[in-house]
Amino acid sequence: MAEFLQQFVNGLAVGGIYALIALGYTMVYGVLKLINFAHGDLFTIGAYLGLTLLTSFGLADRVGPGVAVLLLVVMVMGFVAVIGIILERVAYRPLRNSPRLSAVVSALGASIFFQNAVMLIYGARFRVYPQNLLPKISLNLLGIYIPLVKILVLVVCVIMMVGLYLFIQRTTIGTAIRAAAIDQEAARLVGINVDGVITLVFIIGPALGGLAGLMVGILYGQIKFTMGWIYGLKAFTAAILGGIGNIPGAMLGGLILGVVEALGSAYISIAWKDAIAFCVLILILVVKPTGLLGERVAEKV
Amino acid sequence: MLLQVVDLKVSYGNIEALHGINLEIKKGEIVTILGANGAGKSTTLMTISGLLKPTHGAIYFDKIPLHKMPAHEIVKLGISQVPEGRRIFGTLTVKENLTLGAFTCKDRTKLRKNEEWIYELFPILAERRDQLAGTLSGGEQQMLAIARSLMSDPSILLLDEPSLGLAPLLVKSIFQALKEINRQGVTILLVEQNARAALRLAHRGYVMELGRIVIADTAENLLANPEVRQAYLGG
Repeated sequence: MAEFLQQFVNGLAVGGIYALIALGYTMVYGVLKLINFAHGDLFTIGAYLGLTLLTSFGLADRVGPGVAVLLLVVMVMGFVAVIGIILERVAYRPLRNSPRLSAVVSALGASIFFQNAVMLIYGARFRVYPQNLLPKISLNLLGIYIPLVKILVLVVCVIMMVGLYLFIQRTTIGTAIRAAAIDQEAARLVGINVDGVITLVFIIGPALGGLAGLMVGILYGQIKFTMGWIYGLKAFTAAILGGIGNIPGAMLGGLILGVVEALGSAYISIAWKDAIAFCVLILILVVKPTGLLGERVAEKV
Repeated sequence: MLLQVVDLKVSYGNIEALHGINLEIKKGEIVTILGANGAGKSTTLMTISGLLKPTHGAIYFDKIPLHKMPAHEIVKLGISQVPEGRRIFGTLTVKENLTLGAFTCKDRTKLRKNEEWIYELFPILAERRDQLAGTLSGGEQQMLAIARSLMSDPSILLLDEPSLGLAPLLVKSIFQALKEINRQGVTILLVEQNARAALRLAHRGYVMELGRIVIADTAENLLANPEVRQAYLGG
């Protein structure tokens, strides 16, 4: 039982990270019907940016670990959001009225560009996060030991998800985002600035993706320029699992995928970790192609 | 003159859909545009709302040029459209649809007053306010589409085929609501296939054919015009 709980909590932490990345995929898909293939690389950029801020500026030594982490979160989110805005302006906006495939190709191109840019700047080898950032304590809960870092990651993920959910569901701007995802022309006709909504989505999604990258760096200590590929793919799976375009779905899908993967690698074999994740994808596509929460209300004509 | 359309030409790619049309709508009027499918009625409304951009000509609202403005700015000026096929946000609640209708309106007291008026006009919407809009019946969806447009407190309401696909009884109540809306001071530009109902409601009308305006007259005269009777009123 303790083993199970331990793996479950591990799964939740990874799942929370998947969920944060998946939110970026699902929100962009919601308003643009485009899979932003460069999203995984924004996640990578977040991880490397965190590293630079930590090592080059010695953030932790100057202000202490607590404040340093908080500053890191804010700065990484802000910077990756700026890159997201530029990405949309340069790679997607000029193709808004082109066939959808053009934008997909542009997204793949942007992904290759980002990946290689990171490699050129930081090198192709693994880079290591400073290990003394957060105190290495484990908390004893219900007979299992959970490292403080994992708890922090989980807490941050939950705060972000709840915050985003409330923003999307309760505020007028959030409702406008949902409306633009349903029908862009109708949204324009009620006075919503749809370009503004798209920019906003390209602020929120990349900010969360960059934050996820930072957390992976802090949690595992090791980052590589190709890390965005596999995390991006997993998060994309999570978005499909929950129902792409559906925000709570991305959160649920991420958490489920993380837990399934953790339990699978514990009880079956760690070598099968990725295979298990993608089997989940195949399964959901066969059984319920709209995803867990991806139900649509039939439109009356 | 509240709304003035001058020599408007609009193209879809290489194909010109409007070949220079002129419209004038005075404050407080109900004006209808009649015409067959493909005559350019919806194109005209879409261009006034700013979703399409003209290749030539101009549109003035209270002397403000609209033809280069983005759609969301045009709504802010007080021009609101009920698009063809209702286009309500099906997976949002009725209340959320109405909130979005008032997206441009920042004045809270005005907003509440508007909401009260709308629920008075369409009591069924008050009953269904927490329901998903996509689960409403066709008639209710049309009411919601109109109500949503009214939430922005427009001076002029553009309606594109509000009777489309509705039972005759519902059409009647929708048109009654339009009359009431007009009585409250909202100018109306109505595009309709149901020519008889539209002409009974309207003060004036235009007849469009293949991207041109071919007749402009009072509703009374149009109802009596043999050509119009032949083509749009079933003889």
